[in-house]
Amino acid sequence: MAVTTSTPTSPPSMAQDLLNSLPKTLKLKTKQQELLIRVATLGLIYILAFITRLFSVLRYESMIHEFDPYFNYRTTLYLTEHGFSEFWNWFDSDSWYPLGRIIGGTLYPGLMLTAAALYKILHFLRFAVHIREVCVLTAPFFASNTAIVAYFFGKEVWDSGAGIVAAALIAICPGYISRSVAGSYDNEGVAIFALLLTFYLFVKAVNTGSLSWSLASAFGYFYMVSAWGGYVFIINLVPLYVLVLLIRFVGFQHVQSGEHMAAMGVFFLLQAAVSCGSDIWIVLQVFFFLDWVKHLLGDVKLFQAFLRITVTGAVSVGAIALGVGMASGYISPWTGRFYSLLDPTYAKDHIPIIASVSEHQPTAWSSFMFDFHILLFLFPAGLYFCFKRLSDATIFVVMYGLTSMYFAGVMVRLILVATPAVCLISAIAVSATVKNLTRVVRAKVQTLQSGSGKGTSASKGSSKGVIDNSQPFQKNGAMLLLLGAFYLLSRYAIHCTWVTSEAYSSPSIVLAARGAHGQRVIFDDYREAYFWLRQNTPPDAKVMSWWDYGYQITAMGNRTVIVDNNTWNNTHIATVGRAMSSYEDEAYDIMKSLDVDYVLVVFGGVTGYSSDDINKFLWMVRIGGGVFPVIKEPDYLVNGEYRVDKGAAPKMLNCLMYKLSYYRFGELTTEYGKPPGYDRARGVEIGNKDIKLEYLEEAFTTQNWIVRIYKVKPPKNR
Amino acid sequence: MAKLIFLFLTLIPILCTSFTPEKPSDQRILVLLDDFAVKSSHSLFFKSLQSRGFDLDFKLADDPKIALQRYGQYLYDALVLFSPTIERFGGSIDAAAILDFVDSGHDLIVAADNNASDLIREIATECGVDFDEDTSAVVVDHSGYAVSATEGDHTLIASDDFIKSDAPVLFQGIGHSLNPSNSLVLKVLSASPTAFSANPKSKLTSPPSLLGSSISLVSVIQARNNARILISGSLSMFSNRFFNSGVQKAGSPTKHDKSGNEQFFTELSKWVLHERGHLKAVNVQHHKVGETNEPSIYRINDDLEYSVEIYEWSGKSWEPYVADDVQVQFYMMSPYVLKTLSNDKKGHFFTSFKVPDVYGVFQFKVEYDRLGYTSLSLSKQIPVRPFRHNEYERFIPAAYPYYGAAFSMAMPNTICVCAVRTLV
Repeated sequence: MAVTTSTPTSPPSMAQDLLNSLPKTLKLKTKQQELLIRVATLGLIYILAFITRLFSVLRYESMIHEFDPYFNYRTTLYLTEHGFSEFWNWFDSDSWYPLGRIIGGTLYPGLMLTAAALYKILHFLRFAVHIREVCVLTAPFFASNTAIVAYFFGKEVWDSGAGIVAAALIAICPGYISRSVAGSYDNEGVAIFALLLTFYLFVKAVNTGSLSWSLASAFGYFYMVSAWGGYVFIINLVPLYVLVLLIRFVGFQHVQSGEHMAAMGVFFLLQAAVSCGSDIWIVLQVFFFLDWVKHLLGDVKLFQAFLRITVTGAVSVGAIALGVGMASGYISPWTGRFYSLLDPTYAKDHIPIIASVSEHQPTAWSSFMFDFHILLFLFPAGLYFCFKRLSDATIFVVMYGLTSMYFAGVMVRLILVATPAVCLISAIAVSATVKNLTRVVRAKVQTLQSGSGKGTSASKGSSKGVIDNSQPFQKNGAMLLLLGAFYLLSRYAIHCTWVTSEAYSSPSIVLAARGAHGQRVIFDDYREAYFWLRQNTPPDAKVMSWWDYGYQITAMGNRTVIVDNNTWNNTHIATVGRAMSSYEDEAYDIMKSLDVDYVLVVFGGVTGYSSDDINKFLWMVRIGGGVFPVIKEPDYLVNGEYRVDKGAAPKMLNCLMYKLSYYRFGELTTEYGKPPGYDRARGVEIGNKDIKLEYLEEAFTTQNWIVRIYKVKPPKNR
Repeated sequence: MAKLIFLFLTLIPILCTSFTPEKPSDQRILVLLDDFAVKSSHSLFFKSLQSRGFDLDFKLADDPKIALQRYGQYLYDALVLFSPTIERFGGSIDAAAILDFVDSGHDLIVAADNNASDLIREIATECGVDFDEDTSAVVVDHSGYAVSATEGDHTLIASDDFIKSDAPVLFQGIGHSLNPSNSLVLKVLSASPTAFSANPKSKLTSPPSLLGSSISLVSVIQARNNARILISGSLSMFSNRFFNSGVQKAGSPTKHDKSGNEQFFTELSKWVLHERGHLKAVNVQHHKVGETNEPSIYRINDDLEYSVEIYEWSGKSWEPYVADDVQVQFYMMSPYVLKTLSNDKKGHFFTSFKVPDVYGVFQFKVEYDRLGYTSLSLSKQIPVRPFRHNEYERFIPAAYPYYGAAFSMAMPNTICVCAVRTLV
């Protein structure tokens, strides 16, 4: 860009002119050089953010990953095939049999609409790509865009250097990559982009006071709301931020003046209308209302009396309303997932279905280290710099960082929300440090030329005299520190690449393991099983499985499922959990009542795949027992211990899940030197090798026994 | 060439008759005998079958060439086992093969007798009927016996404990009990309350295991696939001697010239061989009121019409079935709608109802199980969707406060924004 603008065009001999001006244009001014470098760097970051997420495509193939993305893919496919109106009104009779699910009203359509729009654009440009490729590459594409937004955000908060660093950090940060590799077609892929964009535009609006930026911010928020449930974070963070700003300017002289009051009042009223559920907004409203009353009354005593009456009145009315509402069930308490955010132990005690999801677990320290690496240490440093240069923008970033870090600690998947904040604040630390150090390093040259007049403004921390006295040591020290910083940053880059390629690029639908000779072994059992279902079962067959596999069965197997990953009906899931943990004859009645034709279980005993149904089984017992008290967890445990070997509880050895997992497993030798029926996932010899099925029959078992499908027999003829 | 065409033309009617799914009665029956003497001693029974158009194939039970199926096709529609003592069938037939034969919808008549073999007992057990385990025991009744020349033999029983009894039925053989866990098996000829099952030649040392009217003499089973099975504890019941003999029940003054056996087994065999009590349901239709095509999905609160045609096989043709107790369910885990179908006496059953205000995957279910009839179990799956976004009413009265709230919100906003604009 810098090149084109600096060349004056003269019509007669363009080529000649261009050749003449080339050496000149190459000799750019410092500012132009800087711009060129910055744009080039950003371009490289843009590309890097995209290609670092392509490991999964190169390792495996262009495919949709995991569980939820299959639903997103299926709905996107439907959207492109049937159009928006049909999509909006889609009643899906293939899931949650026989209840069905209203798809249009129970999803966040932002992702699907985005992918469908990209697909339409590509087709308009005559790129005949399949919708699957668009879905696979949506997340990396938006990750690149996020990096660019991070640059602008960093620039807005600190300076363009911090922006560049932030863009670079977020482009490869594992915390973000974990949810945005190619094929990870999930809401978070676009939502993080929307989140950061909203925050950026908001900060921009705060800094400039411009209505157009705030409008843009509102649109960003709108997009975020359409894409992900995490929007509640924004709607709560923004008023919290305003509250902090108010507290900070206790005098609030400039807030109190009439026009500002009105403008902000309108703004908050508007926002409050949007988010009636958000308590912080109400606090703000009350605050402003009181302020306004104070302004009107103009008398301190009168105001205090007014305050006393209104507060007591409001509190009592509120308490009565709340009591009546709660008693009559009109006000429903917060959803469990939200509760577990405030109290991390809540779900564990009360809602097994939330506690059972791996991504809802509290975060371990190691995963912080794994996902943030050096950012974990740079984050506090960045906070330090932010506090040293407090402004509206840095306050916002600090608040964003602190709140999101708390949430990241509560729920492992919310590391994702914290990642942009951590990257930004770390970028501030890196940028400020490097800037200071380079200034020190270059200070001598400058002092030789023009004296030490310039560099002091940035290095506020140390006094001028000290710099002058310890110049040589400081220079060496600065060099050393600079080298150290680059070493750390390069370690970060290496770590990120390694994590991406090793940990986060597995599609989890195709499993890879190392063979005895170090070669890669691919287990493609899931797709084998789903393909079998698609090809060999009647089109209206109903498949019962644990809910984890529901989306995949409907998307890949094209068969009706009883429960799926949209865990909206706990009772239905509990019914399946009960069937799985009952004896075969009891389970048969349950399955008949649900018209189940096939039962699908995932079994890792042959391959040593540990996230199979036997390891998830206690959750089925808990969730089933939560609704049907006949299922009791202690029945499946021996002295509080979960076992599948000879010492296992008798009910465990004869429940449906055990039988279906280990049917005929006792005849199989899985490992050399071990007895037949040796379960490699749990490292024991199973306790019940002689399993007879009365009401079900084995229909299909995949190559590595990972997926086993059973057919439910019709009732006895005689 | 002309010859070939002629051959083909003559073959057509044969081919046509051989593929008549419309005709539910059995055609070809395999009769397995212990020895061919039974063929003549029980000829009246066989003759009655043959006169009704059945094609009987008599074989010795241990004939090494007998087979029920060839190339996966069953050769017979029904099987008559008049071979109580057979220990092992010839050819490829065994107990499992016979049960498979039944499970694929074919009918079976089993006659046991004194000293019935384990094989016959096993088949009976699999059908929900347990013969007395004491192999020497027969049914003895000291008050319900038939008066006969040889005084003191109370093993020949005159039973009149069956539906629409005319003359008593003579029975001589072993008793059985019904498996209580089997809900399909049904007593058709029951022993009297004074009967018991024991060896008449030896002294009773312990109370007999089968007692009174819990003893079944003849039982029938209609399997879930509508295959019908008849199990009798006596082979001689079917014999010409019993068919023709007169009967006088002990203590009864009336002496019948002819026992009820012939009529009993004629009617029973009609039922077992699907000449009677066979229903079919065809032409299941449902559609919205005012339309004729079947939709792929209903909307909640749609009005719909459901109809089905039910016919009964009279032995020769399909006659309209007339009943006022056929019900249809609109079912999702439990019936949301249960309606009795009206009929026009021509076999057409119909009703109309409103789809409940619940969405989900429903089924039209007709479960019609009546004694003596084949069970009808029809189910048709249909999803029910909620309203589309543009099918709701535009303005709902209950929502007026919200409309008001929205407007009262919007108005001051506009004013304020305008005011601020002018001020700033």
